[in-house]
Amino acid sequence: MTLAATLAELVRDFKANGRIVIVGASLAGLRGAEALREEGFTGSLTIIGDEPYEPYDRPPLSKQVLKGWVPADHTLLPRARELDAEWRLGVAATGLDRAARQVRLADGEQVPYHRLLIATGTRARQWPNPAEAALDGVISLRTRDDAARLQQALAARPSRVLVIGGGFIGSEVASVCRDLDIPVTLTERGPAPLVGALGGVIGEIAAQMQRDHGVDLRCGVSVSALEGDAAGHVRRARLSDGTTVEADVVLAALGSIRNVEWLQGSGLAAGPWGVGCDAGGRAFDINGVVTDSVYVAGDVARMPHVLYEYQFLAMEHWDNAVFGAEVAAHNMVNLEPHYRPHLLLPGFWSGQFGVNIKSVGVPPFGDEIVFTQGSVKDRSFAAAYGRRGRIVAAVTFDHGKWLEYYAHLIEQSAPFPPPPPGWDRPDVMRPVPAEFPAPGVPTAIPDVVLTGHDPNERRAEFRPRGH
Amino acid sequence: MRIVVDLNRCQGYAQCVYLAHEVFKLNGTESLTYDPNPDDARRLQVERAAAACPVRAIMIDRLDGAERGAAS
Ligand SMILES: Cc1cc2nc3c(=O)[nH]c(=O)nc-3n(C[C@H](O)[C@H](O)[C@H](O)COP(=O)(O)OP(=O)(O)OC[C@H]3O[C@@H](n4cnc5c(N)ncnc54)[C@H](O)[C@@H]3O)c2cc1C
Ligand code: SF4
Repeated sequence: MTLAATLAELVRDFKANGRIVIVGASLAGLRGAEALREEGFTGSLTIIGDEPYEPYDRPPLSKQVLKGWVPADHTLLPRARELDAEWRLGVAATGLDRAARQVRLADGEQVPYHRLLIATGTRARQWPNPAEAALDGVISLRTRDDAARLQQALAARPSRVLVIGGGFIGSEVASVCRDLDIPVTLTERGPAPLVGALGGVIGEIAAQMQRDHGVDLRCGVSVSALEGDAAGHVRRARLSDGTTVEADVVLAALGSIRNVEWLQGSGLAAGPWGVGCDAGGRAFDINGVVTDSVYVAGDVARMPHVLYEYQFLAMEHWDNAVFGAEVAAHNMVNLEPHYRPHLLLPGFWSGQFGVNIKSVGVPPFGDEIVFTQGSVKDRSFAAAYGRRGRIVAAVTFDHGKWLEYYAHLIEQSAPFPPPPPGWDRPDVMRPVPAEFPAPGVPTAIPDVVLTGHDPNERRAEFRPRGH
Repeated sequence: MRIVVDLNRCQGYAQCVYLAHEVFKLNGTESLTYDPNPDDARRLQVERAAAACPVRAIMIDRLDGAERGAAS
């Protein structure tokens, strides 16, 4: 047999008889499983998830669900095809033994694999003081159980809701509170809401929008303590500026933590920024060497991106989970030269205060911003982000139809400021600083994080020469 | 039934809203919101909406409950 024929036979055999395990039964896990079958993989497929539910969609949880329109258990994801998989739901993976190629489960079982897809996503960062976090009415929002609790709390018409953190989720929840005519205070440590994701110029517009809708917005302050009543229900928050806020529901919207603890000791490049992998989804080990049997997709992955100086990017976005899982699945059942890259231009949407906010690219990579279309006053506009003379991202408020125009420019590394689309031009088109907080300045954590060039932010051990 | 809308792709053209207004709604001028698990009685409406979406952003479950395989 020629080498090519041998390799083709290898791929064929793996597709028929291989054993694939997916850890994480949410968006990336489900779409990865479906893509594997779509690729012709007919071997054994096991999906392990610690939540007791079949895969559901999270974006509606901070929107339709909180409004009370859609019940929290009604966001189950549609299926693209039949899976014929073994589902292990309600049990967490607690360890990975790469030498033995086994995933250890919380119930003690060892699940063997030939190839593994890590799709364990992120969880909500909890309020840091455990006693205060345990007060009734203190809630974070990541799962459908969280959403059910928060929705019930809102339906009980609290006297005031306090939202801690002005990122997308915090801002969306504040928006729902106003829709429901519930008084809401939002505190943000940075100078404006959304500042980590979209910078201070856009943050200022978001701040004005919140105030116009009656949000009691407090920027540049943090919450120093939460206080409860005798029954253990939260009643009050003390802020760093010495003021207090009376509230009986508190949402801690403090960003997310990547679910990597179960990978401790596995020798993978897993850390606080996620699991490092190449642009094909293949995980790096702690030495920065790419593995052949472990893949990563979704919120927990961080991978280098050609458009952003090959810096590693962690993208906590819906489309990244879908597309990343499809790419990883393809590469799991193919060999070089048939690998596919995950060359996604990150995209995001958020519905708040009746406005459709969308972005493409990586806004925090830019240092300048220019308004290119529409009107800020009407909150209907497009703006582009630039860095060193090229366009790197764009954001729209109720101008979503134009996003593709900017996406194309970003993909072409077009000059910044970009050529205006020749329609709907604002009076002033002058780039100004985009005002992203300096790294290390406390603020809501952005959903897309540039994490440098090191696939492994943990230290590898170096051996002296000659050993 | 189960659906999901790729809201990155959605352009807010609202064709789906006209065809199945109990399932798809506009929040403001272009922010689409929808019921991800509408009643089966609406299947025909929803299928029409999905077919009418100019950017094919609406995905409908291809399986019925029995085939899904996961404990729910
Ligand atoms: C409230 C909310 C609103 C959002 N809104 C938007 C939006 O408007 N637009 C947008 O683009 N994105 C939005 N997102 C982000 C989007 O939902 C995520 O990007 C997406 O869910 C990522 O999918 P994932 O499968 O990678 O991770 P996840 O959805 O986090 O799934 C990971 C799964 O793995 C499980 N798991 C973790 N550890 C283990 C373990 N050790 N063993 C077994 N299972 C484990 C978890 O419990 C979870 O079920 C939102 C997220 C939330 C929470
Ligand atoms: S028809 Fe398609 S593009 Fe238009 S609003 Fe509905 S989902 Fe969005």
